[in-house]
Amino acid sequence: MPIEIPKDSWPGTVNIVTIGATAENGGTRSRTVTVGGEKTLPFLHFEAEIPYPPVTALEIKDRRPDDWSPLLLETWGEVMDNPGSWAKAAEEAGADLLQLSLSLTDKNGNPTTPDTAVAAVKDVLKSSGLPLMVFGPGQAEKDNELLVPIAEATKGERIVLGICEDKNYRTIVATAMANDHLVSGRTPMDVNLAKQLNILIHDMGLPLNRILMDPTTGALGYGIEYGFSAMERLRLAALQGDTMTQLPMIVTPGFEAWKAKEAKVGEDVPKAWGDWLNRAINWETTTAITLMEAGADILVLRHPENVRRVKMAIDELMTIPQTA
Amino acid sequence: MALSGIQIYKLLPQTNCKDCGFPTCLAFAMKLAAKQVELAACPHVSEESKETLAESATPPIRLVTLKSNGHEVKAGNEVVLFRHEKAFYHKPGLLIRLRDDLSTEELKKRVSALEAYAVNYVGISLTIDGYAVEATSGNAETFTSAIKNLREISKRPLILITKNVDIQAAGLGLLEGENPLLYAADNDNWEALADLAKKHNAALVVSGSSLEEVAELTEKIKGKGVEDLVIDHKARRLSDSLMFNTQTRRLALKKNFRPLGFPIISFPGDTDDSAKEGILATQAISKYAGFIVLDTYSPEFIYPLLVLRQNIYTDPQKPIQVQPGVYEINDPKPEDPVLVTTNFSITYFSVANEVEGSGLPAWLVVTDAEGMSVLTAWAAGKFDSERIAKDVTRFKVAEKVTRKLLVIPGHVAVLSGELEEELPDWEIRVGPREAVDIPAFMKQAL
Ligand code: B12
Ligand code: SF4
Repeated sequence: MPIEIPKDSWPGTVNIVTIGATAENGGTRSRTVTVGGEKTLPFLHFEAEIPYPPVTALEIKDRRPDDWSPLLLETWGEVMDNPGSWAKAAEEAGADLLQLSLSLTDKNGNPTTPDTAVAAVKDVLKSSGLPLMVFGPGQAEKDNELLVPIAEATKGERIVLGICEDKNYRTIVATAMANDHLVSGRTPMDVNLAKQLNILIHDMGLPLNRILMDPTTGALGYGIEYGFSAMERLRLAALQGDTMTQLPMIVTPGFEAWKAKEAKVGEDVPKAWGDWLNRAINWETTTAITLMEAGADILVLRHPENVRRVKMAIDELMTIPQTA
Repeated sequence: MALSGIQIYKLLPQTNCKDCGFPTCLAFAMKLAAKQVELAACPHVSEESKETLAESATPPIRLVTLKSNGHEVKAGNEVVLFRHEKAFYHKPGLLIRLRDDLSTEELKKRVSALEAYAVNYVGISLTIDGYAVEATSGNAETFTSAIKNLREISKRPLILITKNVDIQAAGLGLLEGENPLLYAADNDNWEALADLAKKHNAALVVSGSSLEEVAELTEKIKGKGVEDLVIDHKARRLSDSLMFNTQTRRLALKKNFRPLGFPIISFPGDTDDSAKEGILATQAISKYAGFIVLDTYSPEFIYPLLVLRQNIYTDPQKPIQVQPGVYEINDPKPEDPVLVTTNFSITYFSVANEVEGSGLPAWLVVTDAEGMSVLTAWAAGKFDSERIAKDVTRFKVAEKVTRKLLVIPGHVAVLSGELEEELPDWEIRVGPREAVDIPAFMKQAL
């Protein structure tokens, strides 16, 4: 019985974006990371070639965080006291790139200054050859105050600067343009909002091969289904040829999953939740894998074991089925 | 696949004789398409048209139900490739595999643990659905004794795993009155297994390495009168199973290809690495599996999968909500504090569980935020000071308490000023941002 497999031939392709620059290209990274280029839905090799697999990033901070799960503090240990050491450990854990999230304040509660932020970034760049993403603390004014000097001090490195939101993107985009960097834009789980922000960023003159989009997601159990469907819809729109949705997607399963009570809390929780450490790691794995099936190109994780797991899954998903 | 009114009209006599009670055949066709009338109302339809219409009315993916005493698990009847297009309807069954060469003691221990297992997620009690007993021993007696031991403890539906027809028959003999699932018919044993499945009203897995092989087998087995079929692609690698599952679903939905119009079974447990097993199961849940057989059964492994299944299979059009109103937690007295939150299930249960866990009494006012989380509702204008004040008044909260202390979520601290104006005789207090911190806050601050 010969069967004709229904194949979609999509007119659209996801943009190809390269993060980081080696010495040849004006940076200091030991390698670069390239994502995007999909002409079909995630891992459907029978429909089109998938040029670049998704990649894993590990999130590190400029100092030991106050609000991370004790399990993560234990896992990373002393390296958390120094962004350079943390970056090195993250590279050793197998991450493809790093996301440095800047804190609002130092450990004594004083506001993070541009000088210390720049120093942290330089420390990371010196300690690890991986491509880098640098995200501000998430308050418009502070983000701009810190990201501009960072962008200037690292001109040419092709760092991803974040986060651009509808209320705060101009300064970040401008400095990315001036200093040969990239940006990541975030919108709350909505195809039209994502499109609008992408248009605004692109209209400022930043080429599309220097923009990533973060469609926002919730953790497993805390709204992941909204993120999953928003991503599927965005990717379908991209393949159907809607240019302003053809951006590679970055998601933060690490941040989301480790915020969930299941990951954060070990005591006084139902027995049916099982062993704390394994549950927490599984929470992040399940969140990450689900989002990858919906089209994530960059998965920002927090636990090193999940770099191993997600990479294992990527390897297998990139293995072309023999019958295809 | 469902036909349109016009397509149905073409199959009708087109005489407009009105015997059906409608003025024209077209009017009747429209009603048929809308499923508001039965075809039988037209006495003049040809046999051929009847068949075509009946065919189009059967769902493109057959609903297969496994049943045992008082339990059932269903898969199939899905209508879309992506949940946002409508919804995914039948959550894939999660079944735990037990090999019959386990010691009696170990088997009973596992089954007892799993029978006792239930985890509460947003007020819903989640459990596994059944078991898959595998005749690893290759011995009918060992197999039947494993089933007997299991049935002493659990009544949940079963999958019986062995290609040996005699051993299957022995196992099935113990399951009179049930509808189990048999694994698996292939090119060698399909006739005998189909006969057995027919005799016992069992569903049957059809196993093959290519879509063609599976399709040919399902046709032959249907010819023997067995309709409740389930597909096993033998694909165990992530990329292969994603491909097969996607192609199967597409063929069923887009081409109405009957030979593959059945639910799919996955075996994440076939890997010996439990991390990988979890990943395979995660993919199976989001990408089209109907039954999922797991080997690992620890709570920390099962819980995330149960939650994922719940999330992926919620109706995208209807967020799970709770009834707005005043909830009493730990028998509150008039002097106890009032906390306010939204009626999104996840939000409500995160808060209610923490308050309950603190052991401290409180009144929890759940506002009508149209099923949205605190920040979503706030951003959408469904959880502002006006709305909160309105619900506090509407639910007559002031009559229940003597101490008018209202705690709002930390994420909406900005509302406190406006709320003080809206509810002048209340003291407004900003609580922590995350529910986890509520118990400590209640102990210290309230
Ligand atoms: C899922 C989601 C959605 C879903 C809706 C889900 C739902 N039913 O609510 C969808 C996709 C529909 C959606 C839509 C929108 N969203 Co939305 N969404 C989210 C997301 C990802 C998760 C929200 C969630 O479910 N959290 C889990 C629940 C349990 O959290 P919670 O309700 O806050 O409850 C916690 C605490 O507040 C606390 N708590 C709760 N009650 C109480 C009470 C007391 C007394 C105390 C002390 C504590 C407490 O306990 C809980 C657990 O810790 C967040 C981002 C994120 N990752 O958090 C954005 C987010 C909330 N959304 C946002 C926005 C802007 C929107 C939109 C307005 C976008 C738009 N313009 O269309 C729309 C609005 C909806 C509409 N117009 O119909 C923004 C809000 C920004 C802001 N700070 O104002 C967020 C933060 C995303 C972002 N970073 O931009 N969203
Ligand atoms: S009874 Fe049949 S033939 Fe007559 S009008 Fe109705 S649909 Fe047409």
